[in-house]
Amino acid sequence: MSALVEISGLDVGYLRHRTIRPAVVGLDLRVEPAEVVAVVGESGSGKTTLANAVIGLLPANGRVTAGSAIVDGVETAGAKERTLRKLRGSVVGLIPQDPMVGLNPTKRVGAQVAEAVRLRGGTEPAEEYLEQAGVPDPAMRARQYPHELSGGLRQRVLIAIALAGQPKLIIADEPTSALDVTVQKRILDHLSGLVREQGIGLLIITHDLAVAADRADRVIVMQHGRKVEEGDPRTILTVPRQHYTRQLIAAAPRLAHGGRVVPRFDVRGQEEPAAILTLTGVSKTFAVSDRRHGRRGFNALDNVSVTVPRGRTHALVGESGCGKTTTLRIALGLEPATGGSIKLDGTEITGLSWNKLRPLRRKAQLVHQDPFATLDPKFTIGQSITEPLVSFRIGDRRSRQARARELLDQVALPAAYLDRLPTELSGGQRQRVAIARALALRPELLMLDEPVSALDVLVQEQILQLLADLQQALGLSYLFVSHDLAIVAEISHTVSVMSEGRVVEQGPVAEVFTNPQSRHTRELIDAIPGQRADAV
Amino acid sequence: MSLDFAQDVQVDAPPPVEEVPSRGANLRANLRQLARKPVFLIAVLYVFFVVVSAFWPKLFTSAGPYDTHPETAMLSPRLGHLFGTDLYGRDLWTRVLYGSPLTIKATLIALAIAIVAGLTLGVVSGFFAGFTDAFLMRVVDVLLAIPGLLLALSIVTALGYGTIPVAVAVGVGIVPGFARTTRSEVLRVKTLPYVEAARAGGASWGRVLWRHILPNSWGPVAVLAVLDAGVAIIAIASLSFLGFGAAPPAAEWGTLIADGRNYLVTSWWLSLLPGLFVALLVLSLNHISKTLQELTR
Repeated sequence: MSALVEISGLDVGYLRHRTIRPAVVGLDLRVEPAEVVAVVGESGSGKTTLANAVIGLLPANGRVTAGSAIVDGVETAGAKERTLRKLRGSVVGLIPQDPMVGLNPTKRVGAQVAEAVRLRGGTEPAEEYLEQAGVPDPAMRARQYPHELSGGLRQRVLIAIALAGQPKLIIADEPTSALDVTVQKRILDHLSGLVREQGIGLLIITHDLAVAADRADRVIVMQHGRKVEEGDPRTILTVPRQHYTRQLIAAAPRLAHGGRVVPRFDVRGQEEPAAILTLTGVSKTFAVSDRRHGRRGFNALDNVSVTVPRGRTHALVGESGCGKTTTLRIALGLEPATGGSIKLDGTEITGLSWNKLRPLRRKAQLVHQDPFATLDPKFTIGQSITEPLVSFRIGDRRSRQARARELLDQVALPAAYLDRLPTELSGGQRQRVAIARALALRPELLMLDEPVSALDVLVQEQILQLLADLQQALGLSYLFVSHDLAIVAEISHTVSVMSEGRVVEQGPVAEVFTNPQSRHTRELIDAIPGQRADAV
Repeated sequence: MSLDFAQDVQVDAPPPVEEVPSRGANLRANLRQLARKPVFLIAVLYVFFVVVSAFWPKLFTSAGPYDTHPETAMLSPRLGHLFGTDLYGRDLWTRVLYGSPLTIKATLIALAIAIVAGLTLGVVSGFFAGFTDAFLMRVVDVLLAIPGLLLALSIVTALGYGTIPVAVAVGVGIVPGFARTTRSEVLRVKTLPYVEAARAGGASWGRVLWRHILPNSWGPVAVLAVLDAGVAIIAIASLSFLGFGAAPPAAEWGTLIADGRNYLVTSWWLSLLPGLFVALLVLSLNHISKTLQELTR
């Protein structure tokens, strides 16, 4: 049987300022029918460019400069739009990265699936494919609009659209990186099941080696546009030949520990230090109104009690929408609580006005999730870092500069970055700057809102290491919000698992991970990718 | 981590230094990109020329705007009389140049009024939201409902003619656009994490507004300002065309075009050349605005 995809010596580059910058260099790749191949690499390694080149969807300045990419017997490198259009949908289906923007918001999802069926020339109802993609109650869902569906359901609709073309190959570009770990697991389980049943080839593009190793028959590791390693997951995990692959393995907590999740800290049986932050019975009700039910309250938080011990890290874990970010914002006083009490370092902060609360800001600071939006694009790094000092009128220009240098040094960035703008920095570097800014006032408590979930696995590990080092050096306490238990295991001492606005389980990480009591906790632990490492 | 890299003898290629263009390089690249657009350069030069000639017309003509020469009346355009001459033998080129100060000055003042008032309205309404927002936006809606020229005509009729009244009349007419654009930008920037980060860092709302929201929301407003300069020029020319302009023999773009109307068949240059002069200016401003918009996107 001939290969579905046969790429040999492919060079792809982007035209910028009249020079072509290579993004993919001399790549060879084969995908057989009913085979799952995963391409792994950090952002900028050229993996998405590769996927786009195969399906002929390179951006306007993308150029295939050498080599060939044969898909189902048709040469796509340099092919005309007409040839490519015949391939798309019916031969190659693409599942885009972001389910939130991948669907047309003004059309019912059924109609969007039906469109793909019609383009192939088929007549079956759209519900059939929604059902195949694992959408529950397809007849009802088909009549809904994308905004009425959750992220996981939208991703399934996108899969249904890809399936509707009855393709021979599906390309999934980071199909789950925008989703919670539990949803991610369900979607990937379902997708690989479909592939094996129907004999479709699957090309998964991901930055997470653990995800790739769990699903793929063959893993290809890419770095700087080149293939650095290729092989079946077992070989790659046990005898990685390249330093880069070893780094990727080390960065995936579960792979590094042979398929088990090993918490870094074990505080069972130790005496708990005094609390720096205590939330007691905090509730939050948002007023929502819709046409059918009129105005009513929506319980975002229901009687949540959380304690952050001094000098330790407490994690809030749960799926999106479970109220963990709301808890964090309330603890910081950015949002008022409907009920309950919040004590920061012994001071009750509920009901305090902004001006009364302001001095307490020096004790607790916040680090956001998205490193690309957390720095003012018009501010230099130095201005951003010293801004809290300026707000509190601490020191003069010279002492602030000195403090900024010291802070950059603490987060392991060169002092030369003081005059740079955020656009000149990578995601990981920006997150370091955000941490430096949060440290400027010498706070005792840092609130971290998914600080690494927007970053590549390798950078994630560096930032987590930095946070651990800072905790040790400065005696900081962290309140750490995350949906990923693997990351929590790397940094936290204690954890609260949340679900639908309630805390369902609480305790030392080592205890919760080895002996989970609640169903939600077990689900979250099962969803950590890297289980195949068990087998090896 | 449990893996040991110490006995790792294999040497990987060093990772290439991440290429991030420095700020200076970015600016240079932008300027180079602009310099490669000849139409944009011509437009900028033309606007520059018109503004300079409005303040120092003597640089570009030696004749006076009121010097009549009956013997050279109604000459068609030629060397020495670039735009030809009018009924009294006055050099039309000179009159066009001397006719620009009021328009240009009024346009600049009108823009200043519109930017200040529009930015204030937009920022206040975007920032405070709720009732303030609803109230201010309804006021703006009412302003939008009145045709700009009608509003300008009423204001000029009430205040009389002159640089300041014309500037006020035209400026008030273009305030709503500025207010709306600013408001939408403020609403966008207000929810960004860096604003929250500044708040969490103890910054007061005033500081957040001044240092974060304003600098990050005025980009589209600047583009709109260039675009509206063209609108203002046309509005002022229309006013003087309709007879609300300076009294004869003083010249002005609108009155020049109006005066030549009766001779369109015999002496086309009397109306068409001043008209083209103004049209080209507005066109240049629109082109500059569009190019800037593409650049900032």
